[in-house]
Amino acid sequence: MARILTYEEKDTWIHRLSGVTKLVFFLLWTMTSMLSYDTRVLFAMMAASLVIYKMSKTRWKQVGTVLKFILFFLVVNLIAIFLFSPYEGVGIYGTRTDLFHLFGNYWVTREQLFYELNVLMKYVTIVPAVFMFVVTTNPSEFAASLNRIGISYNIGYAVAIALRYIPDVQDDFSKIRNAQEARGIEMTGKAPLLRRIKNTAAIIFPLIFTSMERIDVVSNAMELRGFGKHKKRTWYMGKKLETADYATLIVTVAVTVLFLAVTFHDGNRFYNPFAG
Amino acid sequence: MTPIIEFKDYTFKYRAQKEPTLRNINLTVNSGEKVLIVGPSGSGKSTIAHCINGLVPFSFAGESSGTLRVKGEDPAKLGIFGMSKIAGTVLQDTNGQFIGLTVAEDIAFALENDMVPQEEMFDRVGQVAETVEVQTLLGHAPWELSGGQKQRVSMAGVMVDDVEILLFDEPLANLDPATGKRAIDLIDKISKNKKTTILIIEHRLEDALYRDVDRIVVMGEGRIVADEKPDVLLAGNVLKEQGIREPLYVTALKHAGCTVTAESMPKHIETMDLEPYKEPLNRWFRAVRFEKPKKTQDCVLSVKDLYFSYTEGNPVLQHIHFDIRKGEMVSIVGKNGAGKSTLAGIICGFLKPTRGQILLNGGDISGLSIRERGEKIGLVMQSPGQMISKPMIYEEVALGLAVRGVPEDEIRERVYRTLKICGLYPFRNWPISALSYGQKKRVTIASILVMDPEILILDEPTAGQDYRHYTEIMEFLKEINETYGITILMITHDMHLMLEYTDRAVVISDGHLLADDTPAKVLTDGAIADKAYLKKTSLYDLAVRCGIGSPSEFVERFIHYERETGEGRMRHGEDTDL
Repeated sequence: MARILTYEEKDTWIHRLSGVTKLVFFLLWTMTSMLSYDTRVLFAMMAASLVIYKMSKTRWKQVGTVLKFILFFLVVNLIAIFLFSPYEGVGIYGTRTDLFHLFGNYWVTREQLFYELNVLMKYVTIVPAVFMFVVTTNPSEFAASLNRIGISYNIGYAVAIALRYIPDVQDDFSKIRNAQEARGIEMTGKAPLLRRIKNTAAIIFPLIFTSMERIDVVSNAMELRGFGKHKKRTWYMGKKLETADYATLIVTVAVTVLFLAVTFHDGNRFYNPFAG
Repeated sequence: MTPIIEFKDYTFKYRAQKEPTLRNINLTVNSGEKVLIVGPSGSGKSTIAHCINGLVPFSFAGESSGTLRVKGEDPAKLGIFGMSKIAGTVLQDTNGQFIGLTVAEDIAFALENDMVPQEEMFDRVGQVAETVEVQTLLGHAPWELSGGQKQRVSMAGVMVDDVEILLFDEPLANLDPATGKRAIDLIDKISKNKKTTILIIEHRLEDALYRDVDRIVVMGEGRIVADEKPDVLLAGNVLKEQGIREPLYVTALKHAGCTVTAESMPKHIETMDLEPYKEPLNRWFRAVRFEKPKKTQDCVLSVKDLYFSYTEGNPVLQHIHFDIRKGEMVSIVGKNGAGKSTLAGIICGFLKPTRGQILLNGGDISGLSIRERGEKIGLVMQSPGQMISKPMIYEEVALGLAVRGVPEDEIRERVYRTLKICGLYPFRNWPISALSYGQKKRVTIASILVMDPEILILDEPTAGQDYRHYTEIMEFLKEINETYGITILMITHDMHLMLEYTDRAVVISDGHLLADDTPAKVLTDGAIADKAYLKKTSLYDLAVRCGIGSPSEFVERFIHYERETGEGRMRHGEDTDL
């Protein structure tokens, strides 16, 4: 079974941190990186992201497939920016330094390249942080963290229970697909597209019905064991905030403030090497 | 003795139903008692449990009259949450009720909802995990556990609340025989050590009686038809009248013309006083006719030196080889997770073997696609819900032909013919949703039969069915096997099924072929039974204890006698609802 982007238990200081700390870090880190176009800030964040990623001892197998997909999307994104808005950088930085002519109205400018470099750096900043968060946080602890920062435990538990039943549903899916294929309902590329879409129904309906039965059993089982009795609940997997957590939180907040200050001190979120 | 559960003239009717499901129930269970409730599907035995844990009337609405008191409280007033402190329920579907992402969290679930502080949770989860012997599995995810382990986690999950009553809803339904035995043993230990009141709802009487129970309550059509000590009940005829299977050794004694008395203590074959029955049983054994069935030699399917692994160096199946002859009915048995379903998957082409060959009528089928194999080897999944994708019976059965582009006229003719074979012709224009479970099962079998396969593979055809439905499904399969010569392979861990209906058992254990022999031999061989997580049949013990020299021959003759006379089994006909 495909186990991509799943939590793996390891003993690093990042794994030992509470889910709350990691969630706060993750939110502030992504927010800063999205707001800032300051190359110096982005560079610092990118370097820090890569170091943290390294420290989390994440293996290529855990994230490889997803990373390839993201890289592909990144390339498409960069090309699309150039195609739809070739002079975005010129507009932002206020100067135009042509490098060479491509075709038609498309000139490659230093400003555009610099702008797209910043976009690239944002990706490289955010992606390791996402990976780190997902593969080092126990899903149940994540649910507990959501609850801790004030989100209703119903939502947190919905996330946890979805994770619990995804493998079961995947299992059902492949069983049903196999059985229907044996009956002659072709799902592979051999059948024409329209037929294949129609045939999907032969898998979807049984899958929905079996899943409904599952939901029935689970909701009865949850109720029999008192889910939803009180406004609050405790969490077996919840982690208390330790010194390391407070330290991490303080550093995270301080760094965020610093980065945002650097970014916005001149009233503009872009760093402009072309001026002056 | 203080009563902890008291039904007084209690009647209950589900809102969606016309007739009451429970009628005038009078039942008292004392604190610390262990009571077995048996009865066919629809007899109301599960509803009794639902009334006690509060699912009735809160999850399943309806009207009731009379009174019910559980520990002096009225469940209808206390609610599901209130009742969960008094009575814990272990549901039949142990995978479905596993809520947590790990064993520890699942056990702690009730405590979390009760806002118990974390440190206390660690202690209590640790203690209860030890009681049910899962303390080494606390960090495991549900998909890493076997069926028996999941069930023990479920037990821990309700016991963590220190409940005074434990309700088990068909605890044996999804377990292989040896694991089932262990479950019954564990329930017994809990009852003895913790003095918990225990109600077991089960229709597999012989397996449930592996350990002592104080009383057996027999349900029939919503009423309590008997409430007796096990010895008294087994001596009477109530079980047979209600369509509940007696222990096989009791049936055998009755076949031999013995009158089983309560004084001979028939509840356990090991301790039963067999002195009065030895003589007539031996006489019967010598008198009963027995011929070896004739076998055709045409081999329809042969599996040759088959190996399979998902990841290299981790073989799931090794050196599997067997031949299936035309018109045979064969069972593939072994404990949960032994590789039975994998084997079926390889035969159907869902999985590719790492080594080895499968021959169909002498020709290698490795080149055939899933779809091409599906025309010759039909697979019927365990639950009808996993296959049914059309709203109407006709459409569902026609589906396999329609996607193959068979002309409309021919489809109609073949579907009607198949529906007649399956006894579904009168319902041909009905929506599937109006059918019973057994009828739906038939629809899925019909939807495969319509393609004229040579071999039919069924995954657990009778799982979770009571004796009556079990008999109906199996008699139907036997009929299509005998009348139409279709070879049938069944994956099962039901020992009765393999014994009564199959000519041969292919036993798989930990990926190896352990035995390929008659079910009577397999089930009287202690070594094989142990390794494959089966259980020796009680007929074996009966034969040995009565001094019959060849237990496996005794079993063969017993089965032969049953098949010949149709004794002990209800013939299915037009008037049954299937």
